[in-house]
Amino acid sequence: MTATTAPTTTAPAPRGGQELHTKSDRGAKIRMYLGLAALVIWGLAPFYWMIVTAFRDVGFTFDTTPWPTHVTLDNFKTAFSTERGNHFGAALVHSIIIGIVTTVVAMLVGVFASYALARLKFPGKYVVLGVILGSSMFPGVALVSPLFQLFSDIGWLSGTNYQALIIPNISFALPLTIYTLTAFLAEMPWELEESARIDGCTPGQAFRKIMLPLAAPGLFTTAILAFIASWNEYLLAAQFSTPATQTVTVAIAQFTGAQPHQEPYTAVMAAGTIVTVPLIIMVLFFQRAIVSGLTAGGVKG
Amino acid sequence: MSAVTESTPTSTQGTGPKPAKRKGLNHGQGRLGLLLVAPTLAFLAVIIIYPLLKAVQLSFQKDSGLDPATGLFVEGGNAGFSNYTHWLLQQCGDTACPPGTLGAQFYDAFWVTIFFTVVSVVIEVILGMWFAMIMNRTFKGRGLVRAAILVPWAIPTAVTAKLWYFIFAYDGIANRLIGIVGIDPQLWTSDPWAAKFAIVIADVWKTTPFMALLILAGLQLIPGDVYEAAQIDGASKWQTFRQITLPLVKTPLMVAVLFRTLDVLRIYDLPAILTGGAGGTTSLSMLVIKQIRNGFHSASALSTIVFLLIAVVAFLFIRFGGADVVQRPPSSKKPKKRRRDKDENTDKAVSNAVTGQYFGAN
Amino acid sequence: MPLITMRRTAAISGVLAVALTVAACGSDSSGGDDAAQQGADSRGPITYVQGKDNSNLLGPMAERWNAAHPDEKVTIKEQSDQADQQHDDLVQHFQAKDAGYDVVSVDVVWTAEFAAKGWLTPLKDKFALPTDGFLEPTVKAATYNNTLYAAPTSSDGAMLYYRSDLVKTPPKTIDEMWSMCDIAKKNGMDCFAGQFAKYEGGTCNATEWMNAYGAKVVDAQGKPTVDSPEAAAGLKALADHYKSGDIPKQAITYQEEQSRASFQDGKLLFLRNWPYVYNLASTDASSKVKGKFAVAPLPGVSGPGTSTLGGHMAAISAYSDHKATALDFLKFLTSPEEQKTNMEKGSLAPVIESIYTDADLVKKYPYLPTLQESIGNAVSRPVTPFYPAVTQAIQDNFFSAIQGQKTPEQAVKDMQAAMQAAGG
Repeated sequence: MTATTAPTTTAPAPRGGQELHTKSDRGAKIRMYLGLAALVIWGLAPFYWMIVTAFRDVGFTFDTTPWPTHVTLDNFKTAFSTERGNHFGAALVHSIIIGIVTTVVAMLVGVFASYALARLKFPGKYVVLGVILGSSMFPGVALVSPLFQLFSDIGWLSGTNYQALIIPNISFALPLTIYTLTAFLAEMPWELEESARIDGCTPGQAFRKIMLPLAAPGLFTTAILAFIASWNEYLLAAQFSTPATQTVTVAIAQFTGAQPHQEPYTAVMAAGTIVTVPLIIMVLFFQRAIVSGLTAGGVKG
Repeated sequence: MSAVTESTPTSTQGTGPKPAKRKGLNHGQGRLGLLLVAPTLAFLAVIIIYPLLKAVQLSFQKDSGLDPATGLFVEGGNAGFSNYTHWLLQQCGDTACPPGTLGAQFYDAFWVTIFFTVVSVVIEVILGMWFAMIMNRTFKGRGLVRAAILVPWAIPTAVTAKLWYFIFAYDGIANRLIGIVGIDPQLWTSDPWAAKFAIVIADVWKTTPFMALLILAGLQLIPGDVYEAAQIDGASKWQTFRQITLPLVKTPLMVAVLFRTLDVLRIYDLPAILTGGAGGTTSLSMLVIKQIRNGFHSASALSTIVFLLIAVVAFLFIRFGGADVVQRPPSSKKPKKRRRDKDENTDKAVSNAVTGQYFGAN
Repeated sequence: MPLITMRRTAAISGVLAVALTVAACGSDSSGGDDAAQQGADSRGPITYVQGKDNSNLLGPMAERWNAAHPDEKVTIKEQSDQADQQHDDLVQHFQAKDAGYDVVSVDVVWTAEFAAKGWLTPLKDKFALPTDGFLEPTVKAATYNNTLYAAPTSSDGAMLYYRSDLVKTPPKTIDEMWSMCDIAKKNGMDCFAGQFAKYEGGTCNATEWMNAYGAKVVDAQGKPTVDSPEAAAGLKALADHYKSGDIPKQAITYQEEQSRASFQDGKLLFLRNWPYVYNLASTDASSKVKGKFAVAPLPGVSGPGTSTLGGHMAAISAYSDHKATALDFLKFLTSPEEQKTNMEKGSLAPVIESIYTDADLVKKYPYLPTLQESIGNAVSRPVTPFYPAVTQAIQDNFFSAIQGQKTPEQAVKDMQAAMQAAGG
């Protein structure tokens, strides 16, 4: 029994899905749903507490009743209120812009590099790999001062300075992007590309039409990674952003209580809930793309 | 089990050398390759490599000292290796660093960072694998479950840390919940063990989705038929996992492990906000930040030490752990011989032979 | 004409300074007094940099200033809510010799560091700022090397919150307070807590206890003098009562908010905290101690104790191009009108003594007289340019001592050695 004969003996199963269909069907199903439940609870329990706190009256911040009590929308109003000089709504927009540009550019640059690393032979390849990985090894906190000096000298620390946030974000996203993409591209059935090229496609066409759809799960996974990394970046944004480019993470850090020393937990939790929503939407959206990418690959394969 | 080993030779034949054409196809690879990696190197050079070199240079200068006459700081001058011996040999001036200085905390910070890394990454791998395999099944609402799993990772770390600080307060919900099952309330943010585990719990919660997502993408490259074949073959679940799943997701898994390791070795936000370093939870990056406030040159030396330390770990990973994305994993048999057989362009991992075979067969 | 020349000179030297910074990037080069005294009559728009504004005070304040100074308008730059980040942001801008930060708000503990780095304009000679009527400890905290470097703008002092329904007269001495712990026991409460977590607040609490027993953390020259029997006695009192349970075990996880929550929940008889608790414990919907608590000065060994001084000051950056305007702005910030507004609208404790006895304010904030006494007796945390190392030394060793991991004698010895190793 080898893999080669498998496709001929059974109906092709949908790729990426492990079908369950034997006698122990029900038992397996029940176990699977139990596992699912555990998984969802694990992922969502602290998030649930965040939401409960977000909807709780600020006067009951330290209440530990496990279900929602003293429900109010005030914290969301506080989060979006501009009265105390917070501009959370604008910050959301800035973060989305920065996240999208970072993701697109990092993916583009990353795909180029990964293709070269996975497929081409060129001098200094291992040095390049080493440099890319090495970039993920320096404590990020130590980058702030030198970069601040540099950006300050070239006048990037005032006005609408998206570039001062986007360029570092791209650089931070690149090592992981390239390593994941290279790993995926190396796993791809490149024979297909070669036959396409023998059939007269240019390398670019072969890559775009045959390989890219096959690589979709890896690409979208990597894109999600890059976007979230940019969305969550705080260290540099805290130093480099201006009122015109302030990101959500910085905006949240500026929430204050109504009194000195008072910690605005409920408003922070409300803001945390809000910033999570766009990401969930994005993941759901990409989910579809991942699935359709798979189907496309399946047809071509 | 047989699926992997037996199909490999076939696959090798399938992709066998076609010398004449290959030469034509691969013409000009060198220049194209360099051209394609150039933008990446440009980004890294400005944002990371330049500051890194700067830090190395600054680490050989003394931090400014106070001039007792004026009460003002003056330049420290050349330091030689003294900033390095300060950390590695615990020297504060001519004496050993007393407790309460940052220098004295170096080895504690080093070991606790290693502790966080090993414990977190091991738990994340196990949980992440499990999550990925569940998410890889077909069931109703799969998209929603995947999104739900990603929630922890989608919340900005700064918010996560505050959330856990709030949860782990003495009068917080964590102690209330463990009280229900009869466990005494813990000092989650101060007690040496509770504090370490509070950080591990928060970190694992937040980053397991990252692991799961990368493993999942690897799993999705495995055709369903391979599993069916194994099933018909009478392979047990464990055998299927060991012989098929694991080898096929190995590279993405190792990439995930590698990057997570690099990340935890630089962990900062969680301990800084959750415990502030109480209970011996000061990580190396926290030490860097604290030192920056005390003197940048000495902090540069510490950053460089952390960098070198992480580089060693990464090297070990790639050399012995199979995290090398462009080379064959060391587990493949007779690597040298096959390398020659396979011609210059087949840099990809041998473990994907099944995948290749699958697509080739169609 | 001279004005223009001077400004141009300032601009050129600014460019040179930037060029030099690039060469010595990241190094802590210090500016001299000469540079700092330049530009005593340069006027123009300024920027005021302050940490996040809790109570929407900054906007209206800027409007009042701008209405009176249309040609020298102030722009507000708000930093994060976190003190550490405010500090780091200022350092970054000073190191870059940024003329865009004219007047900066500094925490009381940063003054010496910034002054010693040459980043602040000394408030003497042409820049002299009158401080009559200011609370003395606030002026002391703004003084480094016998020179005033900043104008105190707000103050803060700790008070003892106690349950007035259970304790008729508040304890005047520490021993008196411990003797009242029986009342707590009878009511199933914890007796006393402050903020004993390992963070800046821990330093405030620890220095309070050491000061109460007569210790001095540093002397007038900034040299560490903490290795003394008095300091050890202060730590011993804490460690002993932590061990006996008078201080609940969770107190070592307490920052301001956790200790407030415990007090508001009726679980604590005595609480050491800042004035902000007064309003919240009176108004929070969940508070169980509304109308059942009062404030007193912190207890000492034989009379009222000494609080740690909190609060902020405003200083003129050495790199400002409009220092004359900046000085006027400092005077504006410390004017009785502004101080009173800050108290009324934002509960920020004033630095001017007379405001504490303002009848209207006292009616609204009954704790004001107590606070005045607290701040009047307050001792600043060590005024030293090595403050980050000093607070680290205090936190680490205090945290070990309170849990009994090292003896109080050893703890103060290690504190002293650690401060000396840092250069103090």
